[in-house]
Amino acid sequence: MFIDPHTHMISRTTDDYEAMAAAGVVAVIEPAFWQGQPRTYVGTYADYLSAILGFERFRAGQFGIRHYCTIGLNSKEANNEELAEGVMEILPRFALKEGVVAIGEIGYDEQTALEDRYFRAQLELAKELGLPVMIHTPHRDKKRGTSRSMDVCEEHGMDPGKVVIDHNNEETVAETLQRGFWAAFSIYPSTKMGNQRMVEILRQYGGERIIVDSACDWGISDPLGVPKTARLALQSGIAEETVRRVCYGNALAAYGQSGQMREEDWLNPSAIDQRTLYEGNSILRGGREPRIDPPSGRLSMSDLLIE
Amino acid sequence: MIDSPSRLLRGWLRRQLPLDDFAWLEAQVERARGGSDRDLHIALGLAPRRLGKADLTLSDTDLADAAAARSGWDPRGWSVDQAARVLLLLAGGGDGHAFAARFRDLCRTADPAEAVAFYRGLPLYPAPELLEAQAGEGLRTNMRAVFEAVAHRSPFPRERFDQGRWNHMVLKALFVGSTLAPIQGLDEGANPELALILRDYAHERWAAGRPVSPELWRCLGPFAAELGLDDLRRVVAEGDAVERQAAALALAACPGAEAAALLATMPDLAAGIATGALTWDALTPDP
Repeated sequence: MFIDPHTHMISRTTDDYEAMAAAGVVAVIEPAFWQGQPRTYVGTYADYLSAILGFERFRAGQFGIRHYCTIGLNSKEANNEELAEGVMEILPRFALKEGVVAIGEIGYDEQTALEDRYFRAQLELAKELGLPVMIHTPHRDKKRGTSRSMDVCEEHGMDPGKVVIDHNNEETVAETLQRGFWAAFSIYPSTKMGNQRMVEILRQYGGERIIVDSACDWGISDPLGVPKTARLALQSGIAEETVRRVCYGNALAAYGQSGQMREEDWLNPSAIDQRTLYEGNSILRGGREPRIDPPSGRLSMSDLLIE
Repeated sequence: MIDSPSRLLRGWLRRQLPLDDFAWLEAQVERARGGSDRDLHIALGLAPRRLGKADLTLSDTDLADAAAARSGWDPRGWSVDQAARVLLLLAGGGDGHAFAARFRDLCRTADPAEAVAFYRGLPLYPAPELLEAQAGEGLRTNMRAVFEAVAHRSPFPRERFDQGRWNHMVLKALFVGSTLAPIQGLDEGANPELALILRDYAHERWAAGRPVSPELWRCLGPFAAELGLDDLRRVVAEGDAVERQAAALALAACPGAEAAALLATMPDLAAGIATGALTWDALTPDP
């Protein structure tokens, strides 16, 4: 069983859900983020939050996958002050909905003053609501941006045990772990982590407080990032216990602190959830049979490497 | 004395919830009576976390009380958090326009569980004529449970929807693999236009090599004589046991000698209908 705690499923097709389910992914977390094309109205942002809370959870459930999300104002759109102010006003309304496991993904993109303002405001909101936090570390100027993100968390008195620093790499991991935060890694081709590199990090640091995710989104990315990395790690001699922690247990422990994500959700779903969202592995429209031929190409588990 | 729906909901929840949980709910209900929208949002959001999501345990007496309090109200399948959310909405009160505005606003940002709760409460809300448009939006959902919250086990569609909306609701129920039996007033609502739409839908399914739900014939039967009996003839000739029983029931509802003759070719089924052993309820029960 795997958990992929960073997936932008709204931009993925049902082929991906089928492949993920076949590969053993039981739960995904979809962070609120930007969508490629900037939003410019609070209304579209609100409707997007409703979509990741509503239809996307339902869509995932049709493939037997439990879907959770994080709610927040992302760093890019924080730079649109009018939009940001409007979004901050509606966030509390969405942050308490069912399946919300954290405030996120928040943090810095280019480390501007506006990004900083709304990052801090959302840390305060997370504290007020008792929610964990998912931090997006910048892809440019990452080392300084990651350090600064952790500085700000400490300034606001955040418990690092409730904060996941995502998109780590070889340059950031030591400091993230040393300062007591959860260190997540996104196995995303070309621009982020590769999984052979991930295996080496596991070899060096072990599994404590490390989380593997795919961050799959609207770009060229791999929804099987977590199961592929798990299998590669096992093949490379990483202990099974470590693999289980970084590909399942740690994500559950970190985000389960919200009270909105528990193992029973997929092992033994409640009756009302079964009737509402989680109807096993059949596709609703037209009553199609679940696909039985194995997926090919990237969606197959036969080629494990992501680089 | 006939209880109001709010009273009944409170009674069932008091009976089922632990003391602390019910006390929390009572406090939220009080606050909802005169309080801010923000308080209501928080209470609605917290309901499943504080009260859980267990099904409401309702006896036959409870169901009878519900029907007496509001004709057609069928709370089977309601969960504790759904009941609490409907109660909170009712407590918020307001005249028809204020309630409708709040209802629309809440539905707009509702998550699936909230949406199911809000729409299930439709039979109980004030000024239902002002809620009809939003109920229509609920029917447009891609999430079956939300669709069924509007369409099933509720007097609201039969009482409020015009023929166009009613017909599309019935068609959509078949289209998304839902059922017709739990739609209240299904038989009373049969009309020639719906029969035509369903006839075309059956043809579309058959052309694609796909099965036709036996329930489809229920709405087509009364008008089958005008539309031609060929479709029912085909079901009688080629259908499985359930489909043939459905065809028989449809024929029994169809006026004219031709339909009667076709029914007579299935004497066992005709006899079952005559004695009341074979009915739509028996064939396609609402669980």
